[in-house]
Amino acid sequence: MIPSAFDYAAPTTVAEALSLLADAESAGDDVKVLAGGQSLIPVMKLRLADPSMVVDLGRIPSLSGITDDGGSLTIGAMTPHHTVATDPLIAAFVPLLAQTAATVADPQVRHRGTIGGALVHADPAGDMPAAALALEAVFNLSGAGGNRSVNSADFFQGYFTTAVQEGEILTSITVPKYTGWGSHYEKFTRVSQQWSIVAVAALVRVEGGVIAQARLGLTNMASTPLRASSTESALAGCALEVGAIAAACANAADGTEPASDLNGDAAYRRHLATVLAKRAVLAAVGLSEERG
Amino acid sequence: MTATATPRPEVGTARLRKEDAHLITGRSRFTDNMVLPGMLHLAMVRSPFAHAKITAIDVSAAQASPGVMAVLTGADVAAEQGSLPNAWPVTPDQKAPSHPSIAVEEVAFAGEIVAVVIARSVAAARDAVELVDVDYDELPVVMDLEEAATDKVLAHTSLESNKSATWVFDSAEAGTGTAIAEALANSDVVVERTLYQQRLIPAFMEPRSTVVDPTGEQITMWSATQIPHILRLMLALTLGIPESKVRVIAPDVGGGFGGKLQVTPEEVITLLAARRMGKPCKFTETRSESLQVAHHGRAQVQRLKIGATKDGIVTGLHVDLLADMGAYLGLITSGIPVLGAFMYNSIYKFPAYHFECHNIFTNKAWTDAYRGAGRPEATFAIERMMDELAGELGMDPLELREKNWIKHTEFPFTTVAGLEYDTGNYEAATEKALGLFGYDELRAEQQRRRESGATVQLGIGISTFTEMCGLAPSRVLGALNYAAGGWEHAQVRVLPTGNVEVVTGSSAHGQGHETAWSQLVADRLGVPFENVEVLHGDTQVSQRGLDTYGSRSLTVGGMAVLAAADKVIEKAKTIAAHMMEASEQDLEFANGSFTVRGTETSTSFGEIAFAAFSAHNLPDGMEPNLDSEATFDPANFSYPHGTHLAAMEVDTETGQVTVLKYVCVDDIGVVVNPMIVEGQVHGGLAQGIAQALYEEAVYDDAGTLVSGSFVDYLVPGAPDLPHYITARTETPATSNQLGAKGVGEAGTIASTPAIVNGVLDAIRHLGVKDIKMPCTPSRVWHALQEAKTTGGVQ
Ligand SMILES: Cc1cc2nc3c(=O)[nH]c(=O)nc-3n(C[C@H](O)[C@H](O)[C@H](O)COP(=O)(O)OP(=O)(O)OC[C@H]3O[C@@H](n4cnc5c(N)ncnc54)[C@H](O)[C@@H]3O)c2cc1C
Repeated sequence: MIPSAFDYAAPTTVAEALSLLADAESAGDDVKVLAGGQSLIPVMKLRLADPSMVVDLGRIPSLSGITDDGGSLTIGAMTPHHTVATDPLIAAFVPLLAQTAATVADPQVRHRGTIGGALVHADPAGDMPAAALALEAVFNLSGAGGNRSVNSADFFQGYFTTAVQEGEILTSITVPKYTGWGSHYEKFTRVSQQWSIVAVAALVRVEGGVIAQARLGLTNMASTPLRASSTESALAGCALEVGAIAAACANAADGTEPASDLNGDAAYRRHLATVLAKRAVLAAVGLSEERG
Repeated sequence: MTATATPRPEVGTARLRKEDAHLITGRSRFTDNMVLPGMLHLAMVRSPFAHAKITAIDVSAAQASPGVMAVLTGADVAAEQGSLPNAWPVTPDQKAPSHPSIAVEEVAFAGEIVAVVIARSVAAARDAVELVDVDYDELPVVMDLEEAATDKVLAHTSLESNKSATWVFDSAEAGTGTAIAEALANSDVVVERTLYQQRLIPAFMEPRSTVVDPTGEQITMWSATQIPHILRLMLALTLGIPESKVRVIAPDVGGGFGGKLQVTPEEVITLLAARRMGKPCKFTETRSESLQVAHHGRAQVQRLKIGATKDGIVTGLHVDLLADMGAYLGLITSGIPVLGAFMYNSIYKFPAYHFECHNIFTNKAWTDAYRGAGRPEATFAIERMMDELAGELGMDPLELREKNWIKHTEFPFTTVAGLEYDTGNYEAATEKALGLFGYDELRAEQQRRRESGATVQLGIGISTFTEMCGLAPSRVLGALNYAAGGWEHAQVRVLPTGNVEVVTGSSAHGQGHETAWSQLVADRLGVPFENVEVLHGDTQVSQRGLDTYGSRSLTVGGMAVLAAADKVIEKAKTIAAHMMEASEQDLEFANGSFTVRGTETSTSFGEIAFAAFSAHNLPDGMEPNLDSEATFDPANFSYPHGTHLAAMEVDTETGQVTVLKYVCVDDIGVVVNPMIVEGQVHGGLAQGIAQALYEEAVYDDAGTLVSGSFVDYLVPGAPDLPHYITARTETPATSNQLGAKGVGEAGTIASTPAIVNGVLDAIRHLGVKDIKMPCTPSRVWHALQEAKTTGGVQ
């Protein structure tokens, strides 16, 4: 478990980081940005990746922390999962994100791994991407050419692929405050500390005794996180009843293309998506169903 | 001398383990911690293919890589590497391919070593591995056990068949029972099932590691092994080195579960490399290598038939196994299914029994001992079949077991497999388990959920078991064609100060022998627990031994310790009599002192020890010093047993199984340290439950291990396992003076069928009859869907 040799730099400002990336690229180096290292280091140790240069973002203070922008929160890319899971601002305004971060791995990984790393890594089974998608987060990127922002709908582009271009870094995400919404992240695993087999992030707004609006993000149902749009539409106007919600969630797997692996084949995952969507929505609106 | 109060006996006391202080404060000495002057490091080049001819190897780039001292291929060591040993040819006509440590012409599983890089640092060795250029001609692979048995594709081009051996036991032939064909023909019901024992990976915590120092008169090997003594002998035999020129040390060893009961290619290669380079060499495997190539376990297809009368008396059992050897025969690969052969009849009185196993080669990592070794497979099969039979007869599964088990009044009992069970009380263990479990209440709750059609159903799993442990009477091993004996050796040395050194041939790697043996000796010699030091795991310290596996250490090794202690007492008595000028017959020995009966005159162990050491005044002709040694060869196996009951929820929507309650009542005879026993039971249960629900070594069709990391090979953690309710009954064994039976494997053996029986019990009424292990949510859900579409719902 020893990676190939590589050069290492630890800049202290974003500008310095960007120039290091630009220099390395023009020199033809295969350069990688290092955040918490919880995904990058394992693949390097297995020699599935062997960058010749690693730029560590860990010494750039401006990249971590949470700020209140009024109608939204901005979360620095280098903010560790543990902070996201326990921060009072996030708990108050975007509890879905806190709850999702708390389901990631184990305490050690949550203290090292970062929200930015998880989003840019974009593992189909990763938990943060589906939550960010449901939350309609905005991704703030910096590159040699300046800064730009990408909507969540455009950020996740394929298997382990995002809108982040070579020479660019994700500096933060901006998430609207979800005051008045209920939310829940329903993650299904075989053992307690496991990547999601399937998971559903649900945000639901109730008005006048019916569901007014719902946003559902699906984890591990395709090469990228997806919105369960059929179910979102079916839930709009849905009564606060278990049966009606279950019926609306029966379409949760529409348009998904889940993989088959040791944890389950595609048919099973499609089925799970419907069950977990139902459970997530019920929990978000505070309903429970008789099961035992 | 003032008389002291009799101290509390050590045996039976839940002492904290004396070995833990250094382990948990990081003052440990694992093999990988060894650093020797000038030490070189090894990295292995492994075949990515499961079956291929090696056509060319170009090592020049690797050899030129910075820090590299040498690169050796199979051809380079062909003359000296020999063939790795198989110590258990189960039949005279057993077939096996030759098994070089570094493949020379052909590789037969992915991960097989084709070259080794020797370098100044691990990093340099690892870098150079990438530079070794091997050309392969791929050959067809055979991965599936049932397909391998047809011989359509051969796992080795050097063999004409994938069949290594067929081993048969038949009760009519052995004279232990009647003929199976007749018995089944005359049954009211015959239930026939094929069950699958998935392949498992032992996944011990410390990956294997070996350091070899070739300097000096002897070659010294440190290795993360369970078997320093057997390893030394086998290295000598394999490499043609005199045994006396090899010293093997097993320092702190972080678990094994049978996985370190092996003579590995890596050990042989490290020795060859060190000898060639004239410098110490180290090899430590990565976790990926450990999962890929450290031997696997289980992997059987079990074709079973059980017959019974309509009121539930079993008439006979027919077992026909395919056992997956993997690509080679390891140390006792071929004997694993044979160890199980004696256990399929378990605690029951079957009149007829036939067993046959076909040992088959595939292009996978080889299998060998894994916690229970053959016996968990047997227990799983019979306990699943008893449930299937109960289902067929519409009888409560517990009632069916009661009808067929050996009653406590019937011991000693010679079983249909030919073993003599000395003692046992299945009624008592079961009654106690039922009391702790709340069987009737849970059955009522189960009924309620069935009737209401609840999403989450309740299942109750039963497993009653026994195992043969305390391996083993040497004569029995001889009769089974195993190469070695089953005795164990010990020395007790009383130092001049009265402190005691106990040297044991058992080789603890997590079991707590240092503590348990100290307790045994403290009681026997009447010395404080703290004054006993246990030495082991070094062939130069403990010259004789047969090591640790098969729940043998206490029942065999512990008895050797007691026998040696008794010899010390005998000699001490003669010295004491001489010192006090009394007759030996008048001496009483208690609490570490000899007292002349009816007087105040006494002498302590320490005084006697010093007298024996100074030798100023010993009886005429007596040798100085107070030392002894003893070897114990058991007359019989020991037979722990138990009743395990598990209640679990099965979520019919997701297929998720959640164990709610787990009760186990084990009868392991007399207990030396209840805390250590509890630890063994908990760990065993975790491993058995893991087989039922979580773990499986999976290969793809090309022969690549898919479950090659802990992301895919799912070892459960503490949060995934229930809170265990454990209890014991105590029916002492008669095969050893302590009455102990062995607990190392109990939990693993009993829990797997308890869980699977419970899963099926929860959803049998929905038409599900079987689910392959591990019972993953996806498999459970698919089984439910299939039952629905085939109209299985009653
Ligand atoms: C044992 C274990 C269990 C895990 N379980 C889970 C789980 O259950 N659920 C889950 O969601 N995740 C899980 N993870 C992954 C964890 O969430 C990681 O923290 C995350 O995937 C990557 O974050 P990181 O900060 O460690 O990024 P790194 O590993 O440092 O980087 C990951 C990738 O993102 C790039 N990158 C990182 N930050 C930036 C940035 N700011 N700008 C541009 N590129 C960047 C890197 O170049 C690299 O390619 C687990 C990890 C481990 C080790």
